[in-house]
Formats: sequence, C-alpha cells, structure tokens
Amino acid sequence: MDSLKRISGFLWIALGLAVVYLMMQQAGVEIAAAVKNNKAVLDTQMFWYIIIPIFTPIMLGLCLFGWYAWKGEYDHVVIEEG
Amino acid sequence: MQTSTANHENMSAKGLMQVITASSVGTLIEWYDFYIYGAMAPIIATQFFPSGNPTAAFLAALATFAAGFVIRPFGALVFGRLGDLIGRKYTFLLTLVLMGLSTFAIGLVPGYASIGMGAPALILTLRLIQGLALGGEYGGAATYVAEHAPSNRRGYYTAFIQTTATLGFFLSLGVILTTRKTVGVDAFNAWGWRVPFIVSAFLIAISVYIRLRMAESPLFSKIKKEGKISKNPLKESFANKGNLKMVLLALFGAVMGQGVVWYTGQFYAQTFIERTCGVEFEQTRYLLCIAILLVTPFFLVFGAWSDRIGRKTIMLGGMLLAILTYRPIYQTMYSLANTKAKTEIAERTAVNMTAALDAKGDSLYTTTTVKAFTDGTSFKLVEKKTVLADKTKPAPKPESVKTVWLSATNFWIMMLLVFIQILYVTMVYGPIAAFLVELFPTRIRYTSMSLPYHIGNGIFGGLTPFIATRLFDASKTTTNPTGDPYVGLWYPIVIGAVCFVIGLLYLPSKKDSVSQED
Repeated sequence: MDSLKRISGFLWIALGLAVVYLMMQQAGVEIAAAVKNNKAVLDTQMFWYIIIPIFTPIMLGLCLFGWYAWKGEYDHVVIEEG
Repeated sequence: MQTSTANHENMSAKGLMQVITASSVGTLIEWYDFYIYGAMAPIIATQFFPSGNPTAAFLAALATFAAGFVIRPFGALVFGRLGDLIGRKYTFLLTLVLMGLSTFAIGLVPGYASIGMGAPALILTLRLIQGLALGGEYGGAATYVAEHAPSNRRGYYTAFIQTTATLGFFLSLGVILTTRKTVGVDAFNAWGWRVPFIVSAFLIAISVYIRLRMAESPLFSKIKKEGKISKNPLKESFANKGNLKMVLLALFGAVMGQGVVWYTGQFYAQTFIERTCGVEFEQTRYLLCIAILLVTPFFLVFGAWSDRIGRKTIMLGGMLLAILTYRPIYQTMYSLANTKAKTEIAERTAVNMTAALDAKGDSLYTTTTVKAFTDGTSFKLVEKKTVLADKTKPAPKPESVKTVWLSATNFWIMMLLVFIQILYVTMVYGPIAAFLVELFPTRIRYTSMSLPYHIGNGIFGGLTPFIATRLFDASKTTTNPTGDPYVGLWYPIVIGAVCFVIGLLYLPSKKDSVSQED
C-alpha cells in the first residue's frame, strides 16, 4: 500500500501540471477566437481571468501533495478519531 | 492533540445543547445572509449593475464570484489566525457582526439610477465583507462545538453545525418566497427585495445576544492558561511541513470532493431544473424546500454514524454514489420536463399574438403559446420579436422564454431526485467538521481547518454552477444548437473521482486512528 501511495505521487504532480497547461492553452484559444469573431469578448476574458489565477496556485498545491506522497510523507498518517 | 473527553465529562447534555444552539443559530444566519445575495443576484444586477456598462458588468461578475467565493479562503486566514490568537468566542462574534452589518447595508444602498457608479462599488465592497466574514465563521463554530463535545460523539454534535448551511439556504428561500407573495412580483422587483436584507439585522441582533452569553472554548482556555497558544498560527499551519501536508490531504482527499457534491446537489440542481429544464420559478423552489426539510435530519444520522464506523467510510461512500449516479439522475430530471417527448392534448393548445408600437415607431410582436400534455404537464412559450422603424439598424435578436409546470406525479419524482442528491450531501458534509477538527492540534486548529474548508467549498464547490453552465454553453454548436444538457456534470464527476481516489489511498481508516497529544 505504501508503495502505491508513493508511486501515485507522480500522478498527482503530473495531473497538477497538466491542468495548469491545459487551462493556459484553452484560455489562449478561446480568447483569440472571441477577439477574432468579436463575440462575447468580455465574457470569455472574464471567465479565464477569474479561473486561471484561482486554480493555478491550487494545482501547484496538488503538485506539492504529490511530492510529499512520493517522499513517503503519507505512509503512516494517523488522526485522532472519536 | 488532546482528547476532549476528560475536559467535558462534567458538561451536561443541556449545557452542550446550549453551546450547539448558540453556535448554530449564528452560523445559520450567516449562511442566510450569504445566500440571499445569490438568490437575488438577477434583481441586484438590474438595480446596481446596468447591462450596457462594461465596468459595471465586470464589478457584477466580481461581486458574484470573486467576492462571494474566492474571498472566503482569505477570510479563513484572517479570522482563523485571530481565533487561534485571541480565542474562538470573540472571533466568531466579530464575523457575525461584520456579516450582519454588511447584509443590512446592502438592503439600504441606493441604486445605480440614484448615485451612479458609487452603487456597484458599494455593493462590491459589502459583498467582499460578507465573503470575508463567512470565511471566518464556519471554522470558529465547528471548532467551538467540537472542543466542547466528548470525542466519541464529536461527529454527532458537530453535525448540528453542518445542518446550518442547508437550513440557512432554506430560510433564505422561505423569506424570499414569503416577501414576494406578500408584496407582489412587481413591488418585490422594485423595492421588496431589500426586505430580506433588512430582516437580517433583527436575526443578527438576537444571535449576538446569545453568543455574548457564551464562555470561551474549554480547550482553548486550557492552552491559554498553560501558555501554549501559538504565537504565529499562519506560520505554524502552512510553513511547517508536518501540518501543511495534513492541510493538503484535507483539501485534496476530502473537502474538494465534498464541495462539488454539495454545490451540485443543492445549487446546480436548482440551476438545471430552472434554466435547462425550464421549470417554473416557484415550483422549483417549493420542491427544493421540501427536499431540504426532509433530508436535513440525515446530517445528524451520518454525523452520529461516523462516530461508530469512521468519517472516511461515510464521506467516500457519499462521494462514490454521487459520481456513479449523477448522470442517470440528471437524465431522469431532464426527461420529466422534456415536453418534446410528451403527448400533447391538441384541443387545449392556445396561441395568442399581440403587437404594440412604441414612441420611436418600433413594433414589438409577442406570441404566447400554451400547451397541455396527457401526463398533466403544462407549458408556456413567450416569444418576442422587435421590428425597428429604422430599417438601416440591425434587428435585435428575438427572445423566447419557456416555462414548464410539472404534473403532480412528476413534481414528486423531481423532488425525490433532488432529495437523493442532497442525501449524498449529508453523507459527505455531515462528518466533515469532526474530520477537520481531528486533523489539527488545538493551538492552530481554527487557522488550519478553515483554509482547506473554504478552498474546497468556496472555490471547487462554489464555482460548480458557474463552470457547469459554461461547459453547457460551450457545447452548443451550429450542428447541435441546444447543446448537451449533461456536459456540465463532468466537472463534479471528475473532481469527485480524483478526490475519491486520493481519499481512498491516503486517508486513514478508523482502525488506524489513534489519540495524539498536542
């Protein structure tokens, strides 16, 4: 189980980076298309200007979580439960 | 981490219920204050954010999304730190007063027509204060109750705090519907919408009175007496690897999925029924109110059950059920209101056309079509087309509004489907306060648990209707102009699935749990 936790750490790092990359790429495509067609430019820009600054740090947090998992920080998690 | 059993052996059940009531009433009112803005966003938009003004439109979006949801984690940091430094009681008293004053003030702000751009700027500022206050409230109330409760019943007692978000939503729907019925739709849109905001002042006054009579949390008092209070809760919470890894685990292994399940069941369901299915305004709210009332006791059921079988099993169970059943549930909801698949009673179809000429010479043609169907469903379509007197100008886009009234049977089936979704909410949300409290030590608990809670709920959860609606709009193409009504569900399904896998792998089960000391 511990090895599965550690190996999965790579998956969370990759997922975090992939989401950031895909958000940036999609924002570029959609904003360019909106400007080109002069259609819903403000709405499109506003959506991505809200989404990217919010989700980028959170996805970097997911990468950090993956890093800790890979380093074995979650091998023996214990919490007090009633 | 300290077990609270020893500290509370002598606390009577009556005393504990007083603590829970005092905490819950205030938190419920804070949720009420927060939701009435969201419920009245379309009216507020017309009063304060004129559609022709791009700056005002930008402020409107900020007020709805950024201030409403994104600011909450900042409130968690500001008030969480205060709560760990000066105590739980005075901090969540402060958040309550801030929330109450800002809500009351929203009800008094003059419209854009009276004071221009000052109106949207004031509304945005007050909404920011609301978001900050809510960010500080929940962690305080959950921590306060948990620190009074015996550790073997912490899930049950903190579940009372968990009911407040849903009951606050119910209260906001109730006050809005009652005011609208009492003053009439036109008066409500003109001035009546201010009433629920002003009512908040009375509710807050009662709650402040109750909270002022409460004592500080015994665990916090104890560590304060022993001089063990954190000197820098933010640093200890987020610059200490041992604690930061637990913050990340709480966020990605539990709260992220809980947030999307909550906001899908309680809010996206409403958006879907009203906008995608076209079900009438009051019918939508009545079925939501009934479902919420019936399902609320299950917060306590699952909270208590989590004390026996563990938080992880129940939370992940709810998440898995949601992931697996969202699509069939929403397909059934859509089919209940889909008039294209129903048999029309031709002799009851009525079409009414009117034409009107305005002062500029433009003609407005309105066509109203009313239909009835064999299963008891009825339908009204209002189409408006404007023909401009000045033919050189581009013709405005025709508008059409579809309204569906569900038959009695379909109403109850729709209610049942909403009930099931909110039942999932009670599974994931009922035990989460106890779960978060148990992850962190007393001296930095308020700060540490508030941040993942508000990122998970405010951002992942709160943006669910926004992102799901956006996905739905993006699915409309020239080959499929109506779009895919279920595409928005991919957001909660994917987020929920990732959280489920992380939780399953990394969260300890009850048998692995041990008592820890601070």
